[in-house]
Amino acid sequence: MNRVALAGNPNVGKSTLFNALTGLRQHTGNWAGKTVATARGEYSCGGREYQLIDLPGTYSLAAHSQEEAVARDYIESGQADGVVVVCDATCLERNLILVLQVLELTGKVLVCVNLMDEAKRLGIEVDLPALSRRLGVPVVGTAGARQDGLDDLKEAIARLVGQDAPAAQPERPPGERVTLAERYAAQVVRSQAADRLRRQRRLDRLLTSKATGIPLMLLLLGAVVWLTVAGANLPSALLTELFARLGAVLEGWLSAAPEWLRGLLLDGVYRVTAWVVAVMLPPMAIFFPLFTLLEDLGYLPRVAFVMDHAFQKARTCGKQCLTMCMSLGCNACGVTGCRIIDSPRERLIAILTASLVPCNGKFPTLIALITIFFVGGRAGLLASLEGAALLLGTLALGAAGTLACSRLLSATVLRGAPSSFALELPPFRKPRVGQVVVRSLLDRTLFVLGRAVSVAAPAGALIWVMANVTVGDVSLLARCTGFLDPFARLFGLDGVILMAFLLGWPANEIVLPVMLMAYLAEGSLVEFEDLAALGALLTQHGWTWVTAVCAMLFSLFHWPCSTTCLTIYKETGSVKWTAASVVIPTLLGLGLCFVTAAAARLLGLA
Amino acid sequence: MYETLCLSALPEGESAYVTEVNAGPAMDRRLTDLGLVRGTRVTCVLKSPAGDPCAYLIRGALIALRRTDAAGITLERRAQGQPVGAAAT
Repeated sequence: MNRVALAGNPNVGKSTLFNALTGLRQHTGNWAGKTVATARGEYSCGGREYQLIDLPGTYSLAAHSQEEAVARDYIESGQADGVVVVCDATCLERNLILVLQVLELTGKVLVCVNLMDEAKRLGIEVDLPALSRRLGVPVVGTAGARQDGLDDLKEAIARLVGQDAPAAQPERPPGERVTLAERYAAQVVRSQAADRLRRQRRLDRLLTSKATGIPLMLLLLGAVVWLTVAGANLPSALLTELFARLGAVLEGWLSAAPEWLRGLLLDGVYRVTAWVVAVMLPPMAIFFPLFTLLEDLGYLPRVAFVMDHAFQKARTCGKQCLTMCMSLGCNACGVTGCRIIDSPRERLIAILTASLVPCNGKFPTLIALITIFFVGGRAGLLASLEGAALLLGTLALGAAGTLACSRLLSATVLRGAPSSFALELPPFRKPRVGQVVVRSLLDRTLFVLGRAVSVAAPAGALIWVMANVTVGDVSLLARCTGFLDPFARLFGLDGVILMAFLLGWPANEIVLPVMLMAYLAEGSLVEFEDLAALGALLTQHGWTWVTAVCAMLFSLFHWPCSTTCLTIYKETGSVKWTAASVVIPTLLGLGLCFVTAAAARLLGLA
Repeated sequence: MYETLCLSALPEGESAYVTEVNAGPAMDRRLTDLGLVRGTRVTCVLKSPAGDPCAYLIRGALIALRRTDAAGITLERRAQGQPVGAAAT
């Protein structure tokens, strides 16, 4: 099998090409001993097998960062039978700097000028044969997103590995490389200012200017949140009804089974799992594709650009804004995403504060509590707008908490000045809607849902056992919640709520269903049907709006879920920092709950 | 007459040529990787709402830099094709 490495700058569509070539025949993981992601994949062409190694996207091979070291070492090691350097046709000049650097390490190079279609739309033309003559290596043009030129690329790779290549070029000083890249680009690139480029600039100004940048950001995020809140209601109700019917069928099948088994399976496992799916799936299936769409468009780097000043004030890296966006989907993804931050100090701050941004799994709980206690359980356009605004406010509180904790860490244990910062704002790209929906549903929604369900089933069984096994005259569950109760009351919560958060450690999605099961198990036989019934159940157990505020605050700020904890340990390699990442949000949450509860009590509001 | 200024002072929409890069060793390296060296033409394209950072067009790519980093880069305004450092003479 022939091994071919893919190198290139970030944002040149390298991964898209990799996916297009290898399809589903790929494996991802980490480079041995490094927190740098690697992807390998296979494809066949002309009866031969090829293995593609997707090197990390870098601007240089100078080994100043782990990614650069990994890429450089791999190319230098000679393990690959050829190196394909992927370039962005829309800014070829900058990309050629890396091409020249690779040519100094090996002569077995194929230059792939990607995004040719986009360049054409922007009025940029690249003379590929001329470029090939200048560089002394083969050059092919592709448009990865549209799969154009893939066959040419495969054939060129086959020729590359099959024939002798020129020797590596002598190493040049960095400045000389830049000058040479400039000269080559001047010779092979023809560009005329196109309307499209002007439109891009106009859009950029609209999205980042003083007058419109921040309002538009809030509006876009608000729209995503509103669509999630408003759109999830109907499918959630339908799923709930479907699961209720299915439950009745299951009950019929299990009628001969002993009562304890029926209780365990139906009231425990089935009900909690059904709740998690019914309540979690719709918002996730709406939120993830919408968010991926914004990501695909290239909007997220603009958010980081607009928000950077706040991060400067917190003495951290502006790229933390990007990792916070990833945390919004899944905290563990946010933690892994912190690899894009170069400075170790700033990366650690971003990791420690990653869980202060609520992940998708917390949305159903937050939405349910907002709807019951602050929108009054009403339905309709106004109510959904109100609910979305409150959820947006909750997200903003999470962001504020992240910035405050980052600033605090910067001033104390992780002292230091912000490091230098250079963030590329890639051109806006037309999102590939079909691909986005499929990718976000398969990669994200189903993955997260699968994890939640696999936790929900055993948790449902556990809570049922705890509610039905009695020690003395009191159930195990009542003993536990009773034990936690006095402590929890200090913070405006109760024993059941705290217990639910503890049992929800493996997945935040199950916090509300566990709470529900625990309340239901305490004798009252309320059947859960909709949010109104849930509201009645909670009020019956002494919930007021203060309890709801405290529960929301604690949902926002408490320990990260088990997957996130494990990821933090893997990324930091330190028990101490993992512990810190648990302690920081928990203290923040308990502190805010305590102040809220105490203030409400003092002011006689509750 | 040539005018010397630092990158952080370059008004939105204007271009100038780099004469000196002195933003600290790590940043200098990063900037070289991005193709920003002596003689490079830089255009200030966007200012963020707070006025800091700004985004600059460097060799066809849009790069956001913070004011403190941009302050270490010296520019001169001149007609295209003239030698670097002409302002000094």
